[in-house]
Amino acid sequence: MRRKTKAKLKKGLSVVYCSLIYLFLFLPIFVIAANSFNATTTKPYLTWKGFSLMWYGKLFDNTTLLQSFGNTMAIAFASTAISVIIGTLAAVGMYKYKFKGKSVIDALLYIPVVIPEIVLGISLLTLFSNVNIPRGMITLILAHATFSIPFVVFNIRARLSGYDNSIEEASMDLGASRISTFFNITLPVLAPGIFGGGVLAFTLSIDDVIISYFTNGQTKTFPLKVMESIKSGVSPDINALSVLILLGTMAVVFITQSGILNKKDRRN
Amino acid sequence: MMDKNVIVSIKNVNKIYGGENHVVKDLNLDVYEGEFLTLLGSSGCGKTTTLRMIAGFEEITSGSITVEGEDIANKEPFERNVNTVFQSYALFPHMTIYDNVAYGLKMKKTSKEEIAKRVPEMLDLVQLGGFEKRYPSQLSGGQKQRVAIARALINRPRVLLLDEPLGALDLKLRKQMQLELKRLQRRLNITFIYVTHDQEEALSMSDRIAIMNNGVLEQVDVPEKIYEEPQTQFVATFIGETNIFEGCIESINGNNVGITLESGSVTAQTDRQFECGELVILSIRPERIRYSESPVEGFNLRGKIKEQVYVGSVLKTIIVLPNGHEVRLERLAGQKIPVSGDVYVYWAPSDIKVIHSDSNNIFKALDNIVLG
Repeated sequence: MRRKTKAKLKKGLSVVYCSLIYLFLFLPIFVIAANSFNATTTKPYLTWKGFSLMWYGKLFDNTTLLQSFGNTMAIAFASTAISVIIGTLAAVGMYKYKFKGKSVIDALLYIPVVIPEIVLGISLLTLFSNVNIPRGMITLILAHATFSIPFVVFNIRARLSGYDNSIEEASMDLGASRISTFFNITLPVLAPGIFGGGVLAFTLSIDDVIISYFTNGQTKTFPLKVMESIKSGVSPDINALSVLILLGTMAVVFITQSGILNKKDRRN
Repeated sequence: MMDKNVIVSIKNVNKIYGGENHVVKDLNLDVYEGEFLTLLGSSGCGKTTTLRMIAGFEEITSGSITVEGEDIANKEPFERNVNTVFQSYALFPHMTIYDNVAYGLKMKKTSKEEIAKRVPEMLDLVQLGGFEKRYPSQLSGGQKQRVAIARALINRPRVLLLDEPLGALDLKLRKQMQLELKRLQRRLNITFIYVTHDQEEALSMSDRIAIMNNGVLEQVDVPEKIYEEPQTQFVATFIGETNIFEGCIESINGNNVGITLESGSVTAQTDRQFECGELVILSIRPERIRYSESPVEGFNLRGKIKEQVYVGSVLKTIIVLPNGHEVRLERLAGQKIPVSGDVYVYWAPSDIKVIHSDSNNIFKALDNIVLG
């Protein structure tokens, strides 16, 4: 009898414990989502006045907010493209060739990852002003590519650790040139790693605040815009956009996890 | 090996890695059209490097390799009319079996209709019809190997290079694939250059075997000759079980030589030239050694029976000589005869092979240092 109650208590406690963890993780997101449907119009927009899609409508009138979102997307796509190309070539090159100072270059790759963002932000700002690149979209893209490249390299390198070099030899043996081998064999086999690195770079770019803060000039990205508006209380149209972004992110995660893109690669 | 046209000719080829690691030493080898030639040796003997030089994955340090009379030193792997079956199969993981096999044809810009005709034919040939839509990860090791072979054969190469293709398979499958490969080679009449460290595989499949040791080609011959008439100490010990004695030539009488061993003296017949006092290696297979309870003329080699083991078809006996050297005998299983006293080891003088000892070179070198 006693043992049974003990077991029951144990089970009950673990349920409570898990629920608390999930509550802790998801309550903030829930608050934002709920608030985006809040009909209230008075600051600080926190009392519940009933359900409404009003803020979603207003969102599309807020051109500066939408523009900042547009900037964020443009920067994310551009910096992802740059870091994926450089990162792939770097990872493949460092995997295939032995050269002097390889271990040094290897170690240096970790610096942008472990260095405090604020330091990287200041360094980039100093660099850009010294070489006279006007701060704006270009500097933002370059800055984002800078901190994304190592992540792309790490991702592809993880993929390369199970890579059999002889499939490239087999390809050439069967009459494919080096370039044709790269596009027919190397790239498709590494594709999941490249894609993963790209998704990571994209996410890192979208939510970066600190480095963007130093390198943006007059250009506003979405996170910077949100930071700015916080001074006057988070307006529910920002909540609305956040919810839309969240949905977009979830869609991407769902698509990648469900393996629609990876269908051909049966090794995983 | 009906005709003797040379298809691959390797001349004075050396391969040196990083200026000091000499993996292939002055290799000379002619491969004939349509033959099954095996490069046999233990790991690190340079056999795979040799194969990779023919395929074009390794540069030749010096010397030349010609395929069908054409020097291939400056040709990229994709410009050579040889194809390779890799030890790790090296199938393209992101392609179906059909696409894997069709790859060579696509790269050669073959028409779609031709590809659609030849790929299923090839898959049928390796008994994988119906597997077109599968991916490599869905196949067993043996099936993957068949795909690798089909893929390498689709371009109808004149020479097929096989780098330990059966190494990763279990014993039963390996035996089966050995037979299939041999059959395939006969049927297609393609020259096979086959690398393996498995002597049994080499003996059972090859038309000729080239034995390599430390980058040096020790002997090239048909399997029977390799087994029966090893030319060097290494070949004698590497192929099959054998008894090795070291001795010194005592007397020469035509083809008959008397040899002194540490534990006695013996007689041998040889058609090679030796000098009195020369150090030699004697090699004799366990099934050719005999023993008797009374002395035999020409032999004075006494020992004691240490062990007799009955293993089905044969009776294995170990005789210990006074110096501790163990002699292994094998004969068709008969009665186990318990022998307590000494036995006399002997053989038919023509059954033992007398080989120049590598030690002679050392002594010559020493002589030169001391005398010269």
